[in-house]
Amino acid sequence: MGEAALPRDDSATPPQAAARRRLGLRAGPLYSLPMLTLLAVGFLAPLIAVIGFSFSEPRSFDWLAEPTLENYRTIFDPSNTVYLSFLWSLWFAFLSVLILAVICYPVAYGLAKVFGRWSMVITLLLVFPLFISENVRLYGWVLFFIKAGVLDGTLRALFDAGIGDFLFTPEAIVFGLVYVYVPFMLFPMTLGLSMVPNEVVEAAGDLGASRLQVFREIELPLAIPGIIIGSLLTFVLAVGAIAESKVLGGQSVIVITHDIEIAFTYSQNWPLGAALAVLLMLVIGVLVMTVLRYLDLDRILGRR
Amino acid sequence: MAATAGASRNKRLIWLWTGIMVVFLYLPVACGLLASLNQGRYFTFPIRRWSTRWWERTLDSIEISILIQTSITIALIVTAISVVLAFCGALAFARYNWRGRTLFQRLVLLPIFFPQTVLGLALLLWFNMLGLPLSWQTAVFAHLVWIVPIVTLVISIQVYSFDPALEEAALDLGASRWQVMTEVTLPVLWPGIFSGALFAFLLSWGNFPLSLYTTGADSTVPEYLYAKMVAGYTPGVPTLGTISTAGAALVLLGGYAIVVLARRARSGR
Repeated sequence: MGEAALPRDDSATPPQAAARRRLGLRAGPLYSLPMLTLLAVGFLAPLIAVIGFSFSEPRSFDWLAEPTLENYRTIFDPSNTVYLSFLWSLWFAFLSVLILAVICYPVAYGLAKVFGRWSMVITLLLVFPLFISENVRLYGWVLFFIKAGVLDGTLRALFDAGIGDFLFTPEAIVFGLVYVYVPFMLFPMTLGLSMVPNEVVEAAGDLGASRLQVFREIELPLAIPGIIIGSLLTFVLAVGAIAESKVLGGQSVIVITHDIEIAFTYSQNWPLGAALAVLLMLVIGVLVMTVLRYLDLDRILGRR
Repeated sequence: MAATAGASRNKRLIWLWTGIMVVFLYLPVACGLLASLNQGRYFTFPIRRWSTRWWERTLDSIEISILIQTSITIALIVTAISVVLAFCGALAFARYNWRGRTLFQRLVLLPIFFPQTVLGLALLLWFNMLGLPLSWQTAVFAHLVWIVPIVTLVISIQVYSFDPALEEAALDLGASRWQVMTEVTLPVLWPGIFSGALFAFLLSWGNFPLSLYTTGADSTVPEYLYAKMVAGYTPGVPTLGTISTAGAALVLLGGYAIVVLARRARSGR
């Protein structure tokens, strides 16, 4: 209920209510100060530093020198294949969002409508993997898929036939992304689906709507804000993911974040890495800002 | 009634699919546990010789106890600071109606909708420009940038369900601002604050991408594990991974137990 956060009825006792309203106007900015300070020093300033660095001389560590477009020229040079990394990252992220939307929907529906008193425990089970380091979980999959690993070994023991190579392929990267980002799609989706009133669904059923019609014309449109947030979150995080391609992909494909990391570490070319990071941030920023503009956060978080 | 039969079949399918999802999420954790109990250096399945020697070695190692201490120290400090900052942030996010609120809400979301690797590298560059030496303290700061916004969201959800009339009634009855805060606002919001604290601790404990670039010479458990995965695998790697997972599970279960007990104590009165 977004309205709950608004100042109460003003008409009853005007002087007091007006005083309270003034308090709200002052208290809001006051309470926002610690967070704004943190974000200014720890988020905006580093991003500005990155942008600044992207205009400095390649391979330099000097950010006060004459600005240059050299790094961007290198990236957009037709002989440079770094655009492939961008395309791979975007493609992987897109595929992961699609797969996640399909596999998470039934679970989200269950959490919102079916599981009742069990949904707390199931939620806990589904949240918990978030708190295990990504590496540890992805490495568990390496142990599962590797030659003579859990899957291969089991198949050999049972049927005397192993599996082909799945690890260290682009498919394995998508698999890893889907695995890691389940909660990020699932929970916003659940929030969205719990915004669908049961009475409406029942009424539609009583009026003769088929299950598919209920899904397409009632559930989906009402739950769409949650689904959009989940998709956006997953897409953005997957575009910027790196562990999946390093651990499961075995560098069969270099994703954009990996290129950025290489520039910052092995090749010690911070300005080039910064320029790549700026381009990635642009893609993400435009996407996030466009989508968030159409969403009412009060409604999505406050309902329940 | 064909419709109800169909509906209960659908429900069964949903339960089944959720079960598969849970197995899918925990399968790699189970693989790690299996690999840690393998006696030989290289993992083969089915396991021929089981052994707990890698567990003994890991638990006896001084190097690893230092890693765990560093991780816990970072996580505790991050928890303490982020709860305070996020509590204020959540009041600005959800409780008060002020002019910049919508903008503020979007700003808070930005670090969450941002690739952590890039954030980590950006902070590395920033610390370098400021001339700050990297250590676990800089890692605490890096964790805060990402974790405080998440904790703010967690507490905000509780704040949304909070009725401001409670505070106003207390004020009308002559309570001071401080009394309203300690005797009305905090007790009502405490479940949200508590889950926020759990989130902060666990997210910091398991974080890898931010720690990687901001700890300098210090190292956390996830960082160490990654280094060993890339080069120098022994069954000690899945062992420490399992220990780290078990630690997180204990914290989460402990927190859950506290919530249940507190609720029971309150309703028992």
